[in-house]
Amino acid sequence: MAGGDSAPAPTPSCPWTKAIPVSESSSTPDMPVIDDATITVAIDAALAAIAAAPDTAALKQVRIEHVGDHSVLTAANRAIKDLPKDQKAAAGKLIGQGKGRVQKELAARQNELAAAEEEAALAAETVDVTLPTDLRSRGATHPLTTLQDRINDFFVGIGWEIAEGPEIESAWLNFDALNADAEHPSRSLQDTLYVAPENSGMLLRTQTSPVQIRAMIERGAPLYIACPGTVYRADEIDATHSPMFHQVEGLAIDKDLTMANLVGTLDAFAAHLFGGQPITRLRPNHFPFTEPSAEMDFRCFNCDARLGVEHDADPNCRVCGGTGWIEMGGCGMVHPSVLRAAGVDPEEYQGFAFGLGIERLLMLRNGVSDMRDMVEGDVRFSQHYGTEI
Amino acid sequence: MPRIPLTWLAEHVTLPEGSSALQVATDLARVGLEEESIHGAQVTGPLVVGRVLELVKEPQKNGKTINWVRVDVGPEHNEDADNPKDPQPGTERPSRGIICGAHNFVAGDLVVVSLPGTVLPGDFAIAARKTYGHTSDGMICSGDELDLGPDPTGEDGIIVLGRGHAEGLSAEPGDDAIALLGLADEVVEINVTPDRGYCFSMRGVAREYSHATGAAYTDPVTTVQTPSASGAGIGVQLRDDAPIRGGAGCTRFVALEVHGVDPTAQTPRWMARRLTQAGMRPISLIVDVTNYVMLDLGQPLHAYDAQKVVAPIVVRRARSGEKLTTLDDVTRTLDVEDLLITDSDGGDGARVLGVAGVMGGESTEVSETTTSIVLEAATFQPITVARSARRHRLPSEASKRFERGVDPHLPLVAARRAAELIARFGGGEIDSRVTDEGEVTEPAPVTFPLGDAERVVGIAYTPEQVRGSLEMIGCTVRTGSDDTLEVTPPSWRPDLTIREDLVEEIARLVGYDTIPSVLPTAPGGRGLTVAQRARRSANRALAEAGLTEVASSPFVGEGIFDRLRYSADDARRGAVRLLNPLADDEPLMRTELLQSLLPVARRNLGRGEESVAIFQLGATSLSRGADVRSPIPSAAGRPTDAELEEVLAALPIQTRVLAAVVGGPSGPDSWQGEPAPWGWADVFDLARRVAAAVGSTLEVRRTERAPFHPGRAGELRSTSADGTSAIIGYAGELHPAVVKDFALPARTSALELDLEALIASAPSVVPAVPVSTYPLAKEDFAFVVEESVPASAVEAAIVVGIGDLAEDVHLFDVFTGEQIGEGKKSLAFSVRLRSTEATLTSEQIGAARARCIAAVETAVGGVLRA
Repeated sequence: MAGGDSAPAPTPSCPWTKAIPVSESSSTPDMPVIDDATITVAIDAALAAIAAAPDTAALKQVRIEHVGDHSVLTAANRAIKDLPKDQKAAAGKLIGQGKGRVQKELAARQNELAAAEEEAALAAETVDVTLPTDLRSRGATHPLTTLQDRINDFFVGIGWEIAEGPEIESAWLNFDALNADAEHPSRSLQDTLYVAPENSGMLLRTQTSPVQIRAMIERGAPLYIACPGTVYRADEIDATHSPMFHQVEGLAIDKDLTMANLVGTLDAFAAHLFGGQPITRLRPNHFPFTEPSAEMDFRCFNCDARLGVEHDADPNCRVCGGTGWIEMGGCGMVHPSVLRAAGVDPEEYQGFAFGLGIERLLMLRNGVSDMRDMVEGDVRFSQHYGTEI
Repeated sequence: MPRIPLTWLAEHVTLPEGSSALQVATDLARVGLEEESIHGAQVTGPLVVGRVLELVKEPQKNGKTINWVRVDVGPEHNEDADNPKDPQPGTERPSRGIICGAHNFVAGDLVVVSLPGTVLPGDFAIAARKTYGHTSDGMICSGDELDLGPDPTGEDGIIVLGRGHAEGLSAEPGDDAIALLGLADEVVEINVTPDRGYCFSMRGVAREYSHATGAAYTDPVTTVQTPSASGAGIGVQLRDDAPIRGGAGCTRFVALEVHGVDPTAQTPRWMARRLTQAGMRPISLIVDVTNYVMLDLGQPLHAYDAQKVVAPIVVRRARSGEKLTTLDDVTRTLDVEDLLITDSDGGDGARVLGVAGVMGGESTEVSETTTSIVLEAATFQPITVARSARRHRLPSEASKRFERGVDPHLPLVAARRAAELIARFGGGEIDSRVTDEGEVTEPAPVTFPLGDAERVVGIAYTPEQVRGSLEMIGCTVRTGSDDTLEVTPPSWRPDLTIREDLVEEIARLVGYDTIPSVLPTAPGGRGLTVAQRARRSANRALAEAGLTEVASSPFVGEGIFDRLRYSADDARRGAVRLLNPLADDEPLMRTELLQSLLPVARRNLGRGEESVAIFQLGATSLSRGADVRSPIPSAAGRPTDAELEEVLAALPIQTRVLAAVVGGPSGPDSWQGEPAPWGWADVFDLARRVAAAVGSTLEVRRTERAPFHPGRAGELRSTSADGTSAIIGYAGELHPAVVKDFALPARTSALELDLEALIASAPSVVPAVPVSTYPLAKEDFAFVVEESVPASAVEAAIVVGIGDLAEDVHLFDVFTGEQIGEGKKSLAFSVRLRSTEATLTSEQIGAARARCIAAVETAVGGVLRA
């Protein structure tokens, strides 16, 4: 406290009276005057300075000037101890109260000015929050992957498991075990891509059904599995065909599964994918691996047809083409020959199977119009979806 | 696929009045005959009968003469008065004026007039127009203009009622000519599944329509009388010395002769019309009749010129090198599997007449001079016909039917029916002798438990429904023992051989739409497998890191291996080769995902992307050898384990891999500063993120490998539960030559790893690590090492040296420069030390520092930088 140290010692003999005139004789620069008028003037000056301080820096100066070590009030306060005993109390009260008012006003003003200054400082830091923030854009998953995951989740949800197998497959698993006669047209070179040399017995699987056979051979019955995966056909690529596409097949084998269970599963699946009140329709058809066999249609989810079979479809509906129905794929009760080839006793077990194309689902559900968009690998196709479909 | 004219269908089954093709198609779909398309009416609008009232011939400057005619087109269509400025010829009365260029008619004839508003085939709209100085208020039509084809009698010009196309027709002016000429007939084209060969006939489709709707059905077979033969006709011998699959190529051969046919006889108009509607071209009476009967009943027939055939006819397999010139004028070399119809011109069975069930030859073809014919109606083995048709690329109407199976009871009926039609329209006499070689194998009865349909379908069918459905489709049903039925399928249903086949018939006849919906309760699965879950995580991790998942085709060409700088003996050249690739220049299956991902990167850049950040999860394969074969055991039962092992052992090595390619700016230009370009460090980071996402970790070691930059590639290693470290992939910056070849952004980098192996290396349970609450001590070290020392080795030494106290070791700076010395670098690490037991003392920290320094020195010769 340099100021304090250098301050002269107060004069003990200094008289104290109420409204004591400043003594000419005792008036020295070092001797504070403690009288009502002086103190009141000092306090009023302090309060005026506080009120006038424009900012906290000015206020700090005010504090030094008016209540600092060299201020009139501080000096007067210091001088109290030198007053006669009987004056000390009155002088103490006078100065203490005055100084208290000043300190209080200082604090209030400090808060007021600090708040204003902080507000101004924050205002000065305002940014444009609409600026782009994409230092590195988020990537995307392929919508077919997302859709396949969603389909898998449905089957897992109803207690089935997801089975997978290789894309380059044996002809036995892809055809023979599935009751396809050696002469079956689907085995021709026009339909199926084969591994060289001729009669290698290997091919690019044309369906995920060989996974069903593998699962039955490895795990036997009962069995509830969905088999998603990539399959291949000898088709040239165009807007609605691709030599490579994705399928999901379902297979349920148990003691007493019926076609009614097939319908129930398809209904639940359609509801999961398309929502609403699903209506599925089976039409008689023929496949080597099922008997009875059926073609499955879902009621259009897009136009008025979705409201029920008694509602007409929109003739221009992009999804159903005005028929009210969407062809989804084939299904049926697993042929006993297929069960036998896979080591399951058809006298004890029976079940159903179905298969549908995932690209087709995506095309219908999300309005993809060109198959090529899904297979060519253009990032814009995936990026549009992000990680949801 | 078969086209069904409704008027023809109605001949065998009662169609409700006014049935539309759409309704018939819908009904047929219910029993499994899907609609392929509907061929609607060809002509619409006011096509009416008109009587020529006046006819004025007007020669023109161009040399032509046109007919200016006044035609009565009936009160509804006539104009009451002529236009005074443009009157019609002759006496004024209600009519229309028309200009016509044809000359085969006279005043008083009834003709076919298309009035303005008519639309003719080919979307040809008729309107009134001014021509040759008069208004022609419509057009008088020829057969060609109505798509009826050339006049059957060869008359040139327009249709005159009572002749040609309108033979036998009469009408009044104003009558609708669309109905009169059968132009309103609708045709439903259906799709027939391979098990329903009998639906390649009106007979079969009518039966199915009756099943669908309950409409009354008359089997046309029952309307054909087959009088008993007076003896055998032309000699026929069935000799099959090389049966396919143990079955004879021909099991029945009926030959019936018709003599004295008028070779100029015309096909009746209605028959020609029906053939056209069914999609066949009328040719001549004899050929048209054989086609007509085939379309009607389903039995293919062939007519030979009887005067050219030299008995006996021999049905046999071809001999090696034998040739035949078929009706399409192509000489074909036959295969020993081909079943032939031969005659004995030049020796017993020496001359080839045709390939059975596929196509006839020229030598005995009926011609415009043929008066005597031999009609052939046979039963051929489906496989034999299918193989021949496919081998010679000759899918014919006959082969389509034989491939799917033809009712073996048809040959005699069909031959008789054809003979009758030929005799009726072409004169002549049916020979009373009939050749009928071979025999009919009756279908085997199926024992059918009454409750089987309910067992499979889930509907409690009544015994009446079961029995009724089976009888309706033509089965003979007898009551067997123990609540079973003895069901003998009809001769036209060779597809019905097991109980499930019969179940389908009951289910579809009662209706698939009656099957209830019952979601089965599975016993409860185990959810997604670890690998399935991990794959999702890996996929999502890369997407979150800014990469986009793409698809790519697995087909590659051989050139890709050189483009990716694989050495000549690189194992990745061992690709699976396709026998019938879609593109000749891409006959291989990718052995590495980057082979197809780099072209996708290029495609995206070519489409305007400025950088590339893509990934794919896909399959790769490596061949097990060019001549490896996967055997095909019998499918009659489960193969033995050894057989299965053999089947599977041949399959290529197939791996589910993950690959990514990144290059160019990692983000858009930004106000926050220039985006850093994707580079080699990113791919290692991405690989580690993937590893972390699946719960594993990776170790990186420097390596050299195509297609990477020799100094900027690393092998990715994972350590499995048993502690063995294995390479599971590679990452790095691509070789500049590869970058250039694919025109990728500079320093494009890539990674590829075996995702299944990575997932398998993750611990099944992640053990807990205690969280110490004692204070942390931070120590920094900078070691100077040789440039060639990998940072990972220094880090490993630090970890080993400090031991358990090392909570975290992190390299935060790499520095090279003069102060360090030539060929050296300084690596700065910050190390976090913490004990799980107590607050570390300064002595403990000092000791740890010393251990660290010593370990680094020992391991890699590193010196602590002063």
